[in-house]
Amino acid sequence: MDSSALVINNLTKTYSNGLKALHGINLEIPHGDFFALLGPNGAGKSTTIGIITSLIKKTSGDIKIYGIDIDKDFVKAKTYIGLVPQEINFNTFEPISEIITNQAGYYGVTREVALPEAEKLLKKLNLWDKRDQYSRNLSGGMQRRLMVARALIHKPKLLILDEPTAGADVEVRRLMWDYLKFLNENGTTIILTTHYLEEAEHLCKNIAIIDDGKILENSSMKNFLSQLKNEKFILYTQEKVSKNLTLESRNLNIIDDHTIEVSISEDSDINSLIQDLSIKGIKVKSLKNKTSRLEELFMRLVDKNGK
Amino acid sequence: MGSNLNIQAVAYKTIVRKEVLRFSRIWKQTLIPPVITNILYFIIFGNLIGDRIGEIESFSYTDFIFPGLLLMSVITHSYTNTVSSLYISKYHRYIEELLVSPIQNYTILAGFITGGVIRGLSVGVVVILAAQFFVTFTVHNIFLMLVVIFLSSTLFSMCGFLNGLFANDWDDINVIPTFIMTPLTYLGGIFFSISMLPGIWQEIALINPILYLINALRFSMLGITDVSIMIAFSIILLFNIVLASLCLYFLNIGKGLRT
Repeated sequence: MDSSALVINNLTKTYSNGLKALHGINLEIPHGDFFALLGPNGAGKSTTIGIITSLIKKTSGDIKIYGIDIDKDFVKAKTYIGLVPQEINFNTFEPISEIITNQAGYYGVTREVALPEAEKLLKKLNLWDKRDQYSRNLSGGMQRRLMVARALIHKPKLLILDEPTAGADVEVRRLMWDYLKFLNENGTTIILTTHYLEEAEHLCKNIAIIDDGKILENSSMKNFLSQLKNEKFILYTQEKVSKNLTLESRNLNIIDDHTIEVSISEDSDINSLIQDLSIKGIKVKSLKNKTSRLEELFMRLVDKNGK
Repeated sequence: MGSNLNIQAVAYKTIVRKEVLRFSRIWKQTLIPPVITNILYFIIFGNLIGDRIGEIESFSYTDFIFPGLLLMSVITHSYTNTVSSLYISKYHRYIEELLVSPIQNYTILAGFITGGVIRGLSVGVVVILAAQFFVTFTVHNIFLMLVVIFLSSTLFSMCGFLNGLFANDWDDINVIPTFIMTPLTYLGGIFFSISMLPGIWQEIALINPILYLINALRFSMLGITDVSIMIAFSIILLFNIVLASLCLYFLNIGKGLRT
């Protein structure tokens, strides 16, 4: 078995209207990775996923799934992939259990084998009680979970999720996160695109940022986040804070009587700030990042590319 | 999962099962209307008007038009099944379930065509059952009858499939049935023998491919035909081969399915 789940070499895509969506991107995703493919709208994420899953025809370049070239043996290559697309795309007039077992059939899994597997998946994703219902009767969150179940019925080694939690409430999102982590820990390689950057930061080990059809960054999440030289925090204080409060060598922004915004550089730390405030008689009740670290870096990178 | 052949076999069965369930679930829309339409044809054209026309080649008018009506029902429903199934799956995007999976294009085509054929044949059976009350059901050559019905059904299932590939909106799936199929079917000799047409119209009628289907079926049931059975059979086969090739070609280039 190849140690790379996915290798993309010099992939380009020009649509029939002349739009160049991909300008020769390269990516290598190791087996077992939880990989974030991030980018603004129209960056080329969905085009890349569409080409990997053969919904979109590439203009040039090579793609290998677990060492199998999709141009040479697409049948075998595709058996390794499961896709959770961005848009709801099942037959809303079919019962849920039919949607799952039909998908299994398209991958060569017989109904006899698929039925017990579907039961396990639907139970895991809290959909078993709904198995005989038409999918049009499901809530948005349930439909999202159904798409995950459908993508997993043939036990893919590589699961690709294109904004799987878009529009899902917090509870559904948490349930999905837990399940995706469970899958990844049990050997499924996962590629995730999402607009919720805290989702990527929370789940993913490696990251690529794509914009305008080019890969701007491709590294481990840890290395990428370490590029952040300054982090902005919001501190909520026990005591009332004076508008004239100052701390030596710190740039404070007093938002209201009990809220302070402060920037912490990489050579400083939050403990010393809390000590400094304590000396001034101010206790910190709680604190949070102003924006997620990933969001901060993402915006910088994309803005820079825009310029 | 397993070998490619095994994957394709299971996938084919899955598509066929899904297609059959699809039209069976809505049997009131798919199986009953052709029975009602044909009963009306038998009553109006067969009994009321047919009595005034008299016999054609020693068959009552109702018996004469029955093969054409049967064929029209089979091909219309074969066509409708594939065009609507394919287009709706494109419209709601669940065609992507097939496109992302390891199914070969020939399996997709075979699955949809089989679905169309099963619906066409199901309609054929219910129309034959309904006809028992109105016509003297005769079969001249059962083997030829089954082959002609089957090949006509595959032919129009493939026409529907092509239409589905090219259709971009709901109007597009009605253009070919309305402006091509229906006129050609009615002018293909369901209700008349081309010998009843005046002069040049007999020659023009021979351009219509549906004329050959109707006459081949009429020959297999009644033993009478306006055209050579060998030519009719060759045309049916030729059109099947051409349409299968076109369907596969357009599937392979991703027409209407992959951008």
